[in-house]
Amino acid sequence: MPSTRCEDGPDAGTAGAAASDRIYLLGLADDALIASHRLSEWVARAPDLEEDIALANIALDLLGQARMLLGYAGELTDPVLTEDDLAYLRPADEFRNAVLVERPNGDFAVTIVRLLLLAAYQYELYAGLRTAADARLAAIAAKSVKEVAYHRDHARLWTLRLGSGTAESRRRMETALAAEWPWFCALLGDDRADRSCRHWVAEVLGTATLELPEDRVATPSGRDGVHTPDLDAILAEMREVTAAHPGATW
Amino acid sequence: MSAAEIRERVAAVLDPELPMVTIADLGILRAVEVDGGAATVRITPTYAGCPAMEAIADDIVAALAPMPVRVEVVLAPAWTTDWITAAGRAALDAAGIAPPGPVAQVSLELAVRCPNCGSLETRELSRFSSTACKALRVCTTCREPFDQVKPL
Repeated sequence: MPSTRCEDGPDAGTAGAAASDRIYLLGLADDALIASHRLSEWVARAPDLEEDIALANIALDLLGQARMLLGYAGELTDPVLTEDDLAYLRPADEFRNAVLVERPNGDFAVTIVRLLLLAAYQYELYAGLRTAADARLAAIAAKSVKEVAYHRDHARLWTLRLGSGTAESRRRMETALAAEWPWFCALLGDDRADRSCRHWVAEVLGTATLELPEDRVATPSGRDGVHTPDLDAILAEMREVTAAHPGATW
Repeated sequence: MSAAEIRERVAAVLDPELPMVTIADLGILRAVEVDGGAATVRITPTYAGCPAMEAIADDIVAALAPMPVRVEVVLAPAWTTDWITAAGRAALDAAGIAPPGPVAQVSLELAVRCPNCGSLETRELSRFSSTACKALRVCTTCREPFDQVKPL
């Protein structure tokens, strides 16, 4: 099967052919899976109880989306693989997630900036894929976009609060934006969905009185299977139980 | 069992996380087909990550035992809170969980009624609560916090 870069997907015309591609599905699935795991690291450590629950819920949504996408990608694999095979047994260099989501957690501002960028990206992508020629992908996208809309709004509200909050919250948001922006640029192409995504993020940052960082593209993007050592670390942790007890069920 | 009885039994299965509401009233039961001595039941998840789907499938099988049952999970059309029936909304409200308002086509915030005292003066504490499908609110009149099934 030909490999397709993620950026080619959502534009009209190419969506049908590109979207059914397994590698393309893995990109979306792995973004959701790895972001979910990073968010779940906040459980019992978030700034307050409500936020703890919010981040856990967002992580659960993303895990559900990852399962739907991995299940589909697995069926397109020859021989057929399950979602668990793909999540737990696939080598790290076959992961297609954006490096943006594998980067380790820092402070809360880093997580909010990353969630803002990821949710903005996913929202436009899934909104476009609702009309994909591939009916199964269209169904997954139609379901996911409604959940991602809540994630995006959650990150937006925090961005407004932190950006125009105290000098310290603002300083942390600026630092986080400067660090994450190049990884966001690495994820984006120049199709319609990506332009809408940039536009939305720029508006939120403007309202939050935060400056739009200058574009700089970090490498690798992650989409080609090249990653940072941070992915190895998160996979090792995620797979600790399956590695210790292969094939265990409960 | 008659086809009507089969449908009735499946429709009466309770949601494990909102056990005051049946899967029919929650709108996640999409179809029951009876073919000879076997049934096919289609359900759809509220949220993609809903951890209750397997438990619901087991409960459907148990409700029809010993009849062979195939439970299929369908994704399209995506579940919306607009599918929660009037009976389902009443059951949520009686259990202290505010039912969802209509899914807004335009940006519009409708007042959410406190299920404890009936006041319309309530505010959102967090958009995410005890399960993915609920938000956490507080009543500014009686001061009680409560869950709301949020519009989706």
